[in-house]
Amino acid sequence: MADRRGAGPGERYAVGGAVGRSVPRKDGIGKASGSARYADDLVFPGMLYGRTIRTTIPCGRIRSIALEFDPAGFTVVGHRDIRGRNVVALLVDDQPCLVETDVRHGAEPVLLLAHEDREKLLAARVAVVYEPGTPVFDPEHSPRSFKDLVIEKGTLAAGFASADFVVEGTYRTGHQEHVYIEPNGVVAVPEDGGIAVYGSIQCPFYVQQALATLLGPAVSRIRVIQTETGGGFGGKEEYPSMLAGHAVLLALKAGRPVKMIYDRAEDMLATTKRHPAIVRHRTGVTRDGRLVAMAVDVVIDGGAYATLSPVVLARGAIHAAGPYRCPNVRITGRAMFTNTPPNGAFRGFGVPQTAFAVEVHMERIAEALGMDSVRLRERNALRPGDTTVTGQRMGQDCSARQVLRAALRKSGYHRKRKAYAGTDRGIGLALYYHGCGFTGSGEVRLASRASVELTATGVRILSSSTEFGQGTRTMHAQIVADALAMPYDQVEVALPDTSLVPDSGPTVASRTCMIVGGILERAATELRERLGGLPPAEYFRRHGPLKVTRQYQQPEWIRWDETSFRGDAYATYGWGCDVAEVRLDRDTGEVHPLRLTAVTDVGKAIHPALARGQIEGGTAQGVGYALLEHVVMREGLMANAQLANYQIPTTLDTPRIDVILLENPYPGGPSGAKGLGELPMNGPAPALVNAIRHLGLDLRSIPALPEAVLEAMCVSR
Amino acid sequence: MRFTLNGNPADVAAHPMARLLDVLREECGLTGTKEGCGEGECGACTVLVDGEAVCSCLIPLAHVEGAEVTTIEGLGAAHPLQRAFMDEVGAQCGICTPGMIMAAVTLGTRPSLATIRTRLAGNLCRCTGYEAIYRAIRRP
Repeated sequence: MADRRGAGPGERYAVGGAVGRSVPRKDGIGKASGSARYADDLVFPGMLYGRTIRTTIPCGRIRSIALEFDPAGFTVVGHRDIRGRNVVALLVDDQPCLVETDVRHGAEPVLLLAHEDREKLLAARVAVVYEPGTPVFDPEHSPRSFKDLVIEKGTLAAGFASADFVVEGTYRTGHQEHVYIEPNGVVAVPEDGGIAVYGSIQCPFYVQQALATLLGPAVSRIRVIQTETGGGFGGKEEYPSMLAGHAVLLALKAGRPVKMIYDRAEDMLATTKRHPAIVRHRTGVTRDGRLVAMAVDVVIDGGAYATLSPVVLARGAIHAAGPYRCPNVRITGRAMFTNTPPNGAFRGFGVPQTAFAVEVHMERIAEALGMDSVRLRERNALRPGDTTVTGQRMGQDCSARQVLRAALRKSGYHRKRKAYAGTDRGIGLALYYHGCGFTGSGEVRLASRASVELTATGVRILSSSTEFGQGTRTMHAQIVADALAMPYDQVEVALPDTSLVPDSGPTVASRTCMIVGGILERAATELRERLGGLPPAEYFRRHGPLKVTRQYQQPEWIRWDETSFRGDAYATYGWGCDVAEVRLDRDTGEVHPLRLTAVTDVGKAIHPALARGQIEGGTAQGVGYALLEHVVMREGLMANAQLANYQIPTTLDTPRIDVILLENPYPGGPSGAKGLGELPMNGPAPALVNAIRHLGLDLRSIPALPEAVLEAMCVSR
Repeated sequence: MRFTLNGNPADVAAHPMARLLDVLREECGLTGTKEGCGEGECGACTVLVDGEAVCSCLIPLAHVEGAEVTTIEGLGAAHPLQRAFMDEVGAQCGICTPGMIMAAVTLGTRPSLATIRTRLAGNLCRCTGYEAIYRAIRRP
């Protein structure tokens, strides 16, 4: 351990020494021993089970609902039981918690039932009579949009006028299902004068606020407690507000606890998925490979309600020109209504779609120029001082060229590119980035708070940031331990319970380390100053409790205009470059991924093993997105809503993943750290499709199923 | 129905066709065994029946009469594999972990990577990309 005396600000982290080390996870033993308690593990006296009766047509009106069972012992809830507003409050309050008459998709909740006996509950029949309408399933032919946007830089016409070549292309990406291994689930428990909800939840305060709207002023005490959560990936960002609403309505009517745990089929059928996208590129480029004009049109399928589609679209569109400098850009975007269950947040939040498009398009631009695609990327990659499409000037932590070069070197790209030519192997790459934290002024609006308080044995972190595998508790405790120059194991992390912790904003958008970690670092630093040199436990013994709460402060230099999409879209960006190697089975069309080299710059890896795990896991999800995961939609619903028919990567489908971490620090993050969670989702799909392209196959959509590959092989012959 | 559960005799009065998963979680109070899909695809409910890794969501209680059933609780909290999963961050969200460890227990000492990949192909993990799980199982 370094000497504490005379340590300058840069050396502060050596004092505690937790940051930068792979310390034991706070939640390690509970998970390895099976003692960690997830929503379905909770049992309360007198508990009932809840069930959702859903619509069976994608569009129309409900004429009548009839119970075809003996209601004795059942609690039945319809929309008339709602005392507040019948909405799932989020960005736009358009989605009802229970359908009244208008049906917008085929898995909408209509009626809720609860019973203590699950077999009787499942046997209950409800007859719903409809007046069917005409559904819309194609987002490009939908008459309604949730959001339209335009982002402009320079003059597109002048850019095209100076181009030697114009390259066009359309790229498509499909739905993706989260497949957290623990499905959505909550337990609602009536408490003295109010209600408590325990659940598998990413954002407890989203749920708390949605419940307050739903229940109205009659129920004043609402607390939401996150249980151990078996994966989220965005899929437990907004949907738990709906599910918690249902459980709470039943529990309040029954006056008894109600557990609602979706089975896999219901979870896949009714909850959110990644937005399918259609991205059109038209790019002007000079003979020597300078991008001079980029027109990009992004259409995403929002589904039946707005949920988070407007902000998914915004993030996707902001990243749509890729990590490249181009003086003249026009990006248009639309999030469209369709009669399908609403799509929502999923790791990457619109960027995996647009990153796929631009990186496959870059490959095609290089082909049109007869230029090596690495050279094309080298020439145009953002450097410090360059501006993005929103006019944001890149800081010194812009690492596009560094990650590209490291990926080439570590993977042996150039050598293999030559060696694989004419074989059944291919190699391809993708360069990508990801904005950290909420888009634009989102972080200012959130005004997140977090606290550090003294305990008899050390300190406790109070925040609403949730742990669902990423390592929130561990990483926050490391940051606080070092800021207080105290041992890591004396830092506790409080359970996120909205009645006990401040609102630190949602656990989404790669913000939990950089934003909330930064607030905690400030709170802990101030606490240290107030301790006057005493160890925390000793101060507590002598003087009693002490708590420091801090709120997010936006860096002064950030400027953003919400209406024109001009300015600093994100405080900073994480950078990545993936190299994919594949083998093609020419008989079956199957593409076997052999190896993924992922080079990532996250500013600083607070916990190197956790950071590596995030990149490996995100990369595997990207492999599934690219090659395996196919949501088959029939009449507006997922037809393959079982794990037997929707395949995520198993051990045998997941290639070797080599992770290289670069650490070019961001001065505004704790110890220089940036956001990481979403970044690794952006690269694998374009890298894999570019590797398939190396085999001479022109694919422009994912998933690249064997059928699509065989079709491309027929065309290429 | 009588069987041996984690080394102790168990006698459960449940329907013979009840899923072993439900019996373990609800009758025996052993919630370390998780349900991820209920269709035998994800392996989160993996337990050992007479030393063989099986999906307890597919096994009726009648099937284990007289058999020896081992769940994650049967390993205690100090099994070398549990330690290795903690040290190598083989668990992220943790929901697949009990099943993954129970499947890994059957691999013996120092299995090859190819063996691990084949034998764990029935245990899905959505968080790790499996690399950290391999590191845990192959730890010297």
